[in-house]
Amino acid sequence: MSATVIILFLAIVLLTLVITYFAAKQTQTAGDFYTAGGGLSGLQNGLAISGDYLSAASFLGIAGAIALYGFDGFFYSIGFLIAYLVVMFLVAEPLRNLGKYTLADMINSRFDARKVRGTAALNTVTISIFYMIAQLVGAGALIQLLFGIDYWLAVLIVGVMMTIYVLFGGMTATSWVQIVKAVLLMAGMLVMSFLVLLRFNFNIGQMFTDMKTATSHGAAYLEPGLQYTEPLGTISLMLALVLGTAGLPHILMRFFTVRDAKTARSSVITATWVIGIFYVLTLFLGFGAAAFVGESAILQANPAGNMAAPLLAQALGGDFLFAFISAVAFATILAVVAGLVLSGASAFAHDLYGQIIKKGKASEKEQVVAARVASLAVSVLAIVLALFAQYLNVAFLVSLAFCIAASANLPVILYTVYWKRFNTSGAVTAMLSGLISALVLVAISPSVFSPVEGAALFTGEPIFPLDNPALVSVPLGFLGGYLGTIFSKENDLKRYAEVKVKANTGYKSSGASH
Amino acid sequence: MALEKEKRQQTEKEIDYEKVVQSSSFKQFMQDKKKFIIPWTIFFLVFYFLLPILTSYTTFLNTPAIGDISWVWLFAFAQFVMTWVLCIVYVKKANSFDKQADEILEKMQEGGDDK
Repeated sequence: MSATVIILFLAIVLLTLVITYFAAKQTQTAGDFYTAGGGLSGLQNGLAISGDYLSAASFLGIAGAIALYGFDGFFYSIGFLIAYLVVMFLVAEPLRNLGKYTLADMINSRFDARKVRGTAALNTVTISIFYMIAQLVGAGALIQLLFGIDYWLAVLIVGVMMTIYVLFGGMTATSWVQIVKAVLLMAGMLVMSFLVLLRFNFNIGQMFTDMKTATSHGAAYLEPGLQYTEPLGTISLMLALVLGTAGLPHILMRFFTVRDAKTARSSVITATWVIGIFYVLTLFLGFGAAAFVGESAILQANPAGNMAAPLLAQALGGDFLFAFISAVAFATILAVVAGLVLSGASAFAHDLYGQIIKKGKASEKEQVVAARVASLAVSVLAIVLALFAQYLNVAFLVSLAFCIAASANLPVILYTVYWKRFNTSGAVTAMLSGLISALVLVAISPSVFSPVEGAALFTGEPIFPLDNPALVSVPLGFLGGYLGTIFSKENDLKRYAEVKVKANTGYKSSGASH
Repeated sequence: MALEKEKRQQTEKEIDYEKVVQSSSFKQFMQDKKKFIIPWTIFFLVFYFLLPILTSYTTFLNTPAIGDISWVWLFAFAQFVMTWVLCIVYVKKANSFDKQADEILEKMQEGGDDK
């Protein structure tokens, strides 16, 4: 570990702690804790959304995937980007208009049913914990590579930092860490892309011509099909990406941190531009890594290709750029796991404790205490699980998170806002059928069972053929909601009228706090 | 919290949401929204899924388009362009929806007497 790496690493830690210190002073109420008091501007929130999206998986993962698999790596970029249109056209504004802190709040604006809230909270907790374990295990391995420290120490550092941000600074700290990181990451990406283009003499056509011979795949590198050979598997993955991203709880929570639907809209727009540009740049990074670092060096550092971007930084800009990109990658991991802790904690403290156990009668102080206790509990649980999971192949957890989000969260969001006949039983069956089918199908898929020993969690023949079962589980989520609804006579048209007016106009009853 | 709830119920007694939903201006608003959101959503989803479907079942996108850049890259880049264009289109449209929503809210708070 060079001195530059240590200095930049410490600078990031210090900067985030300063942010947390100031944020902590502003965090007085439950609203401050969960949503930064709804006080972020469109630009700030847009950058924070971009930060949530640009996780280590998209920054390091996609750059690596493009470096190793050419076009197929780019599929992820496209999927994540188009997901924004789903968010913009269908989800963001009604969600902001109806919800307060959590997804369950939004669904419960139509149904005052504890079973609906409980099920929604269960989904949020499941997704957050699974996704967080995957991020922490990935983070541990990555920091081990970047800074040469032990896995357990790496997980502990990340774990303690994320706990400090959330515990003391709540959403304000989490958002600002996310904003700072998004700006640093974009700056790093722009510098690297510029240096890559410089080497290709700013000639894109030339770049493509050179890439035909730069890798062992030859011309096939520029064609789809190197990584994804199963047509249905590819389509299923693309479905999970486009719908799942719009249902991830830490992304949904970002729409409650602004004042109103208009600000939510402008934040989605900022995010769409930032992320669109970012994903175009992943192409230059991936190509650059393939051309100037080389396949064998990338694979040697990490078989999944996660080190492609940092290694490219080293090849282009020497030790300083390497240290900078590594430090930004570290900040990226910290910020994303902090967001996940917060969304998991909100489901426990706000939905389960505040609304179900205390029936919405918890005092402001009780709510804040509950939120902090839940954050601590969620963090400790995730850290312990991640420490045990070091040698497990946790790739399936990511597809699981996306699948549950697409199959359990998205159908219920769309039905709640757009379907007149939808009712309480339908809401519960939609969420449960999505959750259960995603869990079961991933459990019997090739991500969990592989005939090759060590390639997945268990050795054996997978029963279900698709790594990512969204193609089956999403329709099951919608079907579950449909059947649950029509088999129950209950239907509150009066309440739907209210939801419809509020979702579309942004009208708030005067009692609502913001 | 308890106080908030009471206040909330009071206001809600005053507003007859079913009447608002039935009003011609609200109906028109919903129709305008539907006419915008549904076709565009179908369009971008079809455009999006066309990419993996074409790359999975056909190979014609692998033919060169500009120099060594094949159609599949142009199609992929077109996804980005589409996203940005739809982003701009959406903002424009949403501003006019905001106006419609404000008018409805105004009427609603006055007592919602339009037919």
